[in-house]
Amino acid sequence: MQERSDIQALRRLVAAFEPPADSQEAAFTLGTEGPDEAIGGLRRAALHEVAAASEADAAAAAGFTLGLCLRAALTGATPERAARRAGGHAARAVLWVRQRYGEAETGALHPPGLRHLGFHPQALVEVRLGHARDVLRAGVEAAACGALCAVVIEPWGEPAVLDLTATRRLELAAEASGTPVFLLRPSGAAGASAARTRFRVAAAPSRPLEANAPGHPAFDIVLVRNRAGRHGLAWRVEWNNEDQRFAEQALLRPVVSLPADRPAAAGGPAAWRRAG
Amino acid sequence: MREGGAVRLAAADERARRLGLAPGLALADARARVPEIVVREHEPETDRLLLSWIADWCDRYTPLVVEEPPDGLVLEIAGSAHLFDGEAGLVADLTRRLGGFGFSGSAAVAGTAIAARALARFGKGGIVAPGGEPQACAPLPVAALELDAERTVALRRAGLFTIADLAGRPRKPLAARFGAELVGRLAALLGETDPPLSPRRPLPDFSSEQRFADPIGLAEDIALALDALAADLCGLLERHGQGGRVFEASFYRADGATRRIEALSGRPLREPRALAKLFMTRLDALSDPVDPGFGFDMIRLCVRLGEEMSPAQVHFDRDRADAEALADLVGRLTARFGAGAVDRFMPQGSHVPERAVARMPAISDRQDEGDWQASPPGEPATRPILLFDPPQPVEAVAEVPDGPPFRFRWRRVLHEVVRAEGPERIAPEWWRGGKAEPTRDYYRVEDSAGRRFWLFRRGLYGQEGAPPGWFVHGLFP
Repeated sequence: MQERSDIQALRRLVAAFEPPADSQEAAFTLGTEGPDEAIGGLRRAALHEVAAASEADAAAAAGFTLGLCLRAALTGATPERAARRAGGHAARAVLWVRQRYGEAETGALHPPGLRHLGFHPQALVEVRLGHARDVLRAGVEAAACGALCAVVIEPWGEPAVLDLTATRRLELAAEASGTPVFLLRPSGAAGASAARTRFRVAAAPSRPLEANAPGHPAFDIVLVRNRAGRHGLAWRVEWNNEDQRFAEQALLRPVVSLPADRPAAAGGPAAWRRAG
Repeated sequence: MREGGAVRLAAADERARRLGLAPGLALADARARVPEIVVREHEPETDRLLLSWIADWCDRYTPLVVEEPPDGLVLEIAGSAHLFDGEAGLVADLTRRLGGFGFSGSAAVAGTAIAARALARFGKGGIVAPGGEPQACAPLPVAALELDAERTVALRRAGLFTIADLAGRPRKPLAARFGAELVGRLAALLGETDPPLSPRRPLPDFSSEQRFADPIGLAEDIALALDALAADLCGLLERHGQGGRVFEASFYRADGATRRIEALSGRPLREPRALAKLFMTRLDALSDPVDPGFGFDMIRLCVRLGEEMSPAQVHFDRDRADAEALADLVGRLTARFGAGAVDRFMPQGSHVPERAVARMPAISDRQDEGDWQASPPGEPATRPILLFDPPQPVEAVAEVPDGPPFRFRWRRVLHEVVRAEGPERIAPEWWRGGKAEPTRDYYRVEDSAGRRFWLFRRGLYGQEGAPPGWFVHGLFP
């Protein structure tokens, strides 16, 4: 009898530490079969890291992170909330903390572009700070808030303060509040981190539209780390701004290869699609 | 002090006065009388600063303090004398503390500011019982009316030396001869009228303060005091159906220094815990921390700007609760990093990309106006997510006159363009005036590595003066 109640007490203790079972609320998906089946959804109450493969891929990494924010907003929404959102009601906010230095290197966040990807800029709060230390402080404060759809933390380079302790703090704040926290690393090598997953993102050639116009944003993503399961997997996905989901490019259509020895404009000016 | 050609004394201390040296005396005369006097140059600016420092300090007695340069202060103590066991207690406390700093002065309490001032400056000071102004002021000289020198002399010439001489006379002839100003001041001096004071700082709507018999200096003590004050202030706000947007904490140090800290809230606030947390964040983030020195002997928390707020209710609606939690978060981040660091965005009706968006502090409660344009259905984004300001020049090879570039060099890297779309022509907004800017033709291009850029050509070939140049303005994901 005594033993049995001990075991029950232990079970309760373990249950308090263990994350709740993956439900619709506890995880969000990319929206495409390959990665979703392999990873089984990304845990909401956790820190996820998105690193650019190189500095030139910073925009791709930012775009992929924004896609994850939108997925988190969408999959977490109860039907009643989703309906309200469709009715023009503002979604929960995304707080994006950037280091000012990154603005000179990769440009400032441009809300009209975010809108074109499907994100309503009225739900964006941007915090711009000079020091990586402050970026992390603000990030922890926001991650602990619990009223946000997602938090994006974007320090530049490899600041010394971004160590295992700092990422652990972010992870704990995310676990406590249930808010997904994305650590976006536009530059710098990956160091020790308590993040649950880490994606390495590079820009990928898009599927051209008519008249060889650039198509939907495409990314080469590698899941280099996954504390909960398989890692080392790679996909080429593109963002569908209408359905607000990622789609595997390879499944859609083979990439059109272009002759490498002559410019794409060989067709002459008449072949260009005009816009605006 | 220089007056005409002569150097005169502007002020004299207690000992000098006893030796017969009075302000206005020529320096040469003073030296002749007391050869060993110490003379310093008169610095009116420093005097003014000192006066405002003392006025800040006097805030501890009442929020309504008026500076009366060069050497006077008027305090409205009607509502606060009871905190010091009555007017006498307040005056005693004030003179004792000022004496402790090495100041000497004279204080008077009366029903009107002018009467109190005249008694302090021209009389012996002291406290006048309500309605006692006519008797108290009667022996004062006419100079106590503080009219200009010409009229004061005119009064004396007319044989009117004291206030008593004036008080008994019919007012109309006085007004006719010496001006209406004299009659107005006389009435105020005798307590018949009470002209309003204009305080040096706007009065707070609500305030709460705590005095400490033993000055406190430890961070924990200050946090506890702020907790208590926040609870008190929020109770006041609750009773009046208000919430605060701008709060101010004043710290009165035992040695006389006063420090004020302001904190903003993004929404009307009256939750003690959120308010105390806001101030602790603010205090934590100060680049010039509040130095308790030998301790604070008083802390006041007040509401500088309030707003109507409906009675507290438990939110069953998660969206509302989220919005409030977000406003509190924005308030804390603003308190820590400044209003310029935490932004929201507002669409602007402009086609020029760098003018399409306005940043504003997230704490501002300006409502969203206008709408963000979505991309055309089925099309990929035609605006970048990252925008360079200013646009970055690139070297590009392009088809003349309006083809997209074949290749371009940006930050020393050569990009081969494999896909492109454009041009999207964005004409300058001539109605904004200023220097005429050339037309821009924008292209969405993708290079062989799959990176997408937003390039534009400034100017048209063969037109608009200078040869066109190429720029990268933004990055697509």
